[in-house]
Amino acid sequence: MSDRIFGVLGLLLAIGFAFAATQIEESFLSDAVGPKAFPLIIATILGVSSAVIAFRPDPEPVWPGLGRLVELLAAVVVMVLYAEFLPVAGFVFATAIAAAYLSWRLGNGPIASVLTGVGISVGIYVIFHLVLGLSLARGPFGF
Amino acid sequence: MDMLASLGDGFAIALTWQNIGLALLGCFLGTVMGALPGLGPSNGVAILIPLAFTLGLGATPSLILLTSVYYGAMYGGRISSILLGIPGDEPAMMTVLDGYPMAKKGMAGEALSLSGIASFVGAFIATWGLILLAPQLVKIALLFGPAEYFALFALAFMTLGGVSSTNQAKSAFAAALGLGLAMIGVDTQTGVPRFTFGEVHLYDGLDFLVAIVGLFALSEVLIFLEERHGSADADGKKIVVGRLTPSWSMLKSCTPTMLRTSLLGFLAGVLPGAGASLGSFISYSMEKRLVDKENTFGTGDPRGVAAPEAGNNAAAGGALVPMLALGVPGSGTTAVLLAVLLSLNITPGPLLFTQNPDVVWGLIAALFIANFMLLAMNIPMVGIFTRVLMIPPKVLMPLVAMVSFVGIYGISGSSFDLLVMIGFGVMGWGLRKLDVPLVPIILGTLLGNAMENNLRRAVTIDNGNWFTLVDSPLSIALWAIALIGFVLPLIIGARVKSKMHARKDEEGALSD
Repeated sequence: MSDRIFGVLGLLLAIGFAFAATQIEESFLSDAVGPKAFPLIIATILGVSSAVIAFRPDPEPVWPGLGRLVELLAAVVVMVLYAEFLPVAGFVFATAIAAAYLSWRLGNGPIASVLTGVGISVGIYVIFHLVLGLSLARGPFGF
Repeated sequence: MDMLASLGDGFAIALTWQNIGLALLGCFLGTVMGALPGLGPSNGVAILIPLAFTLGLGATPSLILLTSVYYGAMYGGRISSILLGIPGDEPAMMTVLDGYPMAKKGMAGEALSLSGIASFVGAFIATWGLILLAPQLVKIALLFGPAEYFALFALAFMTLGGVSSTNQAKSAFAAALGLGLAMIGVDTQTGVPRFTFGEVHLYDGLDFLVAIVGLFALSEVLIFLEERHGSADADGKKIVVGRLTPSWSMLKSCTPTMLRTSLLGFLAGVLPGAGASLGSFISYSMEKRLVDKENTFGTGDPRGVAAPEAGNNAAAGGALVPMLALGVPGSGTTAVLLAVLLSLNITPGPLLFTQNPDVVWGLIAALFIANFMLLAMNIPMVGIFTRVLMIPPKVLMPLVAMVSFVGIYGISGSSFDLLVMIGFGVMGWGLRKLDVPLVPIILGTLLGNAMENNLRRAVTIDNGNWFTLVDSPLSIALWAIALIGFVLPLIIGARVKSKMHARKDEEGALSD
């Protein structure tokens, strides 16, 4: 069933891609092929392979239960928040919190997680910023 | 002679303090990444690319660092295969079969040092093979026009699924998806924006480094979060290494095996769509047929350890041949290395050997140096790496995620790229669940624009005649190979795959 849904989604993607390709504005100074042809070829391959996937599905993969899915979703939300708040909060704070969260969810205890998070964050800061001179996001305190 | 002179120049380039230091660092990091289950050569190299890039390293030093990581990971994979019975990366899968039984018999140290020597022999022979074969391939490649290049790209995509692929539709889907992603941005020939939907960030196109790190590294973190496996593996097992030097008689009995499998592995690496996993698989199977008279393979036969290790390291070297000579990588990790070259504004391919001989020969010399370093690291100092295996995923995976973020943020300094990377991470997770290979996606985003340019150039030169694509014997031959490479797995793929994955099927989507 997963492959059938996947195939249908792929087919929709292919149609959308082909439609977007036809919307490309042609320049008056175009070569013989133009900017549309290759994307249309790709859309065809995408569509045909999606159709084959939908008609001849593989055995069902093992999907995680609802609890695990929520877990993954939460991790993704944390990472998105990390990306958004990195320039605001500064590297060391944001990274310590995000790393501690991931470490906690991977099975560390609360105190060990905080220590891991702070360790990773300060470690990366020292090695990459202080030693190697990579520019990291600056927060309100300058780190 | 010409060749030896170039190699000498290469050593002059590689033997600076900075480059030796980078090779040493790369070998160490590579062995660690190879040894840790869950981090393989392709995601190991992927995490380090942005760093090499933001540190402002030049082309040769970055390549030296990253190929040392690549060779190192090929060495490192065997450590956890032998000691824990879990392959550290996919190419080391076959080493489990005889390495783990040897360790259980109390011969872990001998298995480790023997496989270290086998790795050395494989990599050493393959590096010579690279020197001899690549210039010949360059001569052929110089005959290529745009139509032939287009056919060559098609060949790379059609064979990339590999002989072990069971579902060619999914490989084709992945390739088309990658090519489609490459189309995003301003068209290089006419200057019109395509698939940007008015988003200014997309006018430059998607940065393939963002895609690679997201697909390879972040998806791995998500897989670990989902399964939480591995946390119990590392603890609780007592690792006894024992005697570290194999006896002469053992070495002697393994020598023919190592030499044969090195050659075989090298060939497997050069061929499109094979790569190191297949190299170690066919090496093991061949040796089992040839020398296993008393049915000792699978019960801790030293030759069963030497064969796959020599095979996979030789294949790793062989895979560099098409990448350097043609600009078309044959495996996952070489695709990632291609990304390094492209982001340094170096176009691999036949012209690389004439325009940037310093890069090519410096790299080859560095491979020799790295190989000796790895031999030194992997036999007397193997104890350090066995301790690395104790790092639990609950520390390792957050570190991988954060280093990925740091690397990408270091390149662009924009949150937008981080969000795109997270998007790719989620996509990579879903596609791996559905058994869609990730390597064609990467290759598509890397080569998409070059492929389109060659198509348009070929057709434009011939005044809009599309049949120019199949007009020369060379391009017809390339299309024929591509077609065979695509159809063959449909016939034999299921059999090969079921044999290869008889023991372990976890990192299938990340082969190599």
